[in-house]
Amino acid sequence: MAGGIKKFVVGSFDDEAVLFPAVKNVRKAGYKIHDVYTPFPVHGLDHAMGLRETSLHTAGFIYAITGTTTALSFMSWVFTKDWPLNIGGKPHFAIPAWIPITFELTVLFSAVGMVLTFCYLCQLSPFVKKHHFHARATDDLFVMAVECTDKTNEADLQSFLQKSGAKEVNVQVAETGWWIGRYDREQKLYREEKGY
Amino acid sequence: MSLLKYESQLREPLVDGEKNYHQVTEDIISPIEMKPTRLWYIGFYISVGLLLFGAYSVYREVTYGIGQWNLNKTIGWGWDITNFVWWVGIGHAGTLISAILLLFRQGWRTGVNRAAEAMTIFAVMCAGQFPIWHMGRVWMAFFVLPYPNSRGPLWVNFNSPLLWDVFAISTYFTVSLLFWYSGLLPDLATVRDRAKTKLRKLLYGVASFGWTGSTKHWQRHESLSLVLAGLSTPLVLSVHTIVSFDFATSVVPGWHTTIFPPYFVAGAIFSGFAMVQTLLIVVRKVMGLQDYITLGHIEAMNKVIVLTGSIVGCAYLTELFIAWYGQNPYEWYAFSQNRANLFSPYGWSYWLMMFCNVVSPQLFWSRKLRRNITVTFFMSVVVNIGMWYERFVIIVTSIYRDFLPSSWSTYYSPSIWEIGFYLGTFGLFFTCFFLFAKYFPVIAVAEIKSILKTSGENYKAKMTDIEKSDSEKFYVEEVEHAH
Repeated sequence: MAGGIKKFVVGSFDDEAVLFPAVKNVRKAGYKIHDVYTPFPVHGLDHAMGLRETSLHTAGFIYAITGTTTALSFMSWVFTKDWPLNIGGKPHFAIPAWIPITFELTVLFSAVGMVLTFCYLCQLSPFVKKHHFHARATDDLFVMAVECTDKTNEADLQSFLQKSGAKEVNVQVAETGWWIGRYDREQKLYREEKGY
Repeated sequence: MSLLKYESQLREPLVDGEKNYHQVTEDIISPIEMKPTRLWYIGFYISVGLLLFGAYSVYREVTYGIGQWNLNKTIGWGWDITNFVWWVGIGHAGTLISAILLLFRQGWRTGVNRAAEAMTIFAVMCAGQFPIWHMGRVWMAFFVLPYPNSRGPLWVNFNSPLLWDVFAISTYFTVSLLFWYSGLLPDLATVRDRAKTKLRKLLYGVASFGWTGSTKHWQRHESLSLVLAGLSTPLVLSVHTIVSFDFATSVVPGWHTTIFPPYFVAGAIFSGFAMVQTLLIVVRKVMGLQDYITLGHIEAMNKVIVLTGSIVGCAYLTELFIAWYGQNPYEWYAFSQNRANLFSPYGWSYWLMMFCNVVSPQLFWSRKLRRNITVTFFMSVVVNIGMWYERFVIIVTSIYRDFLPSSWSTYYSPSIWEIGFYLGTFGLFFTCFFLFAKYFPVIAVAEIKSILKTSGENYKAKMTDIEKSDSEKFYVEEVEHAH
């Protein structure tokens, strides 16, 4: 859902080597970085921004063992209780023969679960629209959006970003969060569009 | 997604030419924004034509039954299952490149992984057609799924390799698709943000799921890719292992061998890489991507081909030796008479396979030939022919003379509809590939950007001076750069 309307000072950098000290300085100066948008994964940027590690892989593990137990318990139930099929007089409880399917379901549950969790956490889905601070953030710019509070002096912050090496600096009023929308429509605030 | 932190200056650059981030975007995305070329249309229409012929062949088979194919009581698996195994094998290179090479931190995978993964998905789609239509009563295909039914419920046989196959292939397809598409999201967002027309903005906006490039999202994306790579690595090995179980767990002489799983996996990677070479040599030329798919990439893939080809060769010889050493008269007959005897009805196919898969890839021990595009292209086709014959040899030469000599089927040759079905899957494969090459970024843009400053030609050149003058400072700079 569309979050609140906030004001941001946006600095765009063209080199990740300049971005790192800038992130450090902005944080040191007490400003709140809303997010940094980059065209590719910049290693260590999450640490520099003070983000915590993701636990997506833990979720993956949980999905995986769910798959394992689902497969094993289902096949055991079918072949020992529900319909014990006599296959050449071999044991009904045939663990070695079930390993391939157990393995496949482990992988399947884990992969599907992780991707869905990933999409949920990042709010990724067709027709989801979000505010983009700079169209070149997916091309060659590293875009830092700093949130303004009542106490923030915008002019100060702008010159601060410029001094830190930002190539472009501007102020944007934007909605955080996401809403149902289309990218071929003009960039407008969600609230304006709906006439709030 | 570069996991590389430091790269030696001795290594060949992975991206040639004066590039910066924007230039990378421009080079890879702009073909999507242009009108398709004449060559593209010609290729596309030929593919669609083949696909239609395939559809008609399948229509005949469904309407009149499997009798439309020249299968008989003795040779119940002919071209159909040969093609199935062949396509599945081809589908192995993509995941190998994107998953195993990611775990091994091979930087060169970034140039070829996207197209190879796409190829994997299309190849698995083609492979899936064969067992499905081979069922004859295809409208009963859902019987392979374990669902509660009104027949008892009578469940599927979980102890059967054919059912393992159902799970293996469908899991492989799903996981490959998820892996491929999650990698595509950021690049589709790049296309969306560059789009000038409304339609393109709409379509790529929908396809890119509202990707912004947020740092937190990238962090999760990295974690996702790494875990999916970790899952796909055993998966890719399991799929062809399970396909080989279709044969190895039977009691047919020539199939009943324990060497099958590793031998099939090596063969799959071998043929998969050959197909990647065939496609990418054309793609890089037509789309002008020589800077991203360099001779270095082609050479690296040829090294994999000579390695896996030699493993396959070893497996052929081991199999032959064990057939003799095991002293089982039936096994030895299958190998010595049905296969190795050049003058037996199918002896020629065995020796053709030997030549294509074992002898010819040995050319690639020479660096000069590994880096020769014409030779590579020619070899990639030879290898794929050889690998098709491998499956043909395994299937047909093992069953055409069964335990009852009166039912020996001395000569099996495919009917036109059997061939048509095979050609149809080529149509399906290339139709998909043409659409992919036109409407999707064929190279992983974001991943190329992440290795650009360690492996780009112009950046490497700059680094060389620093490394020469002060190696300690160089190291510090590289490490700092990585963090």
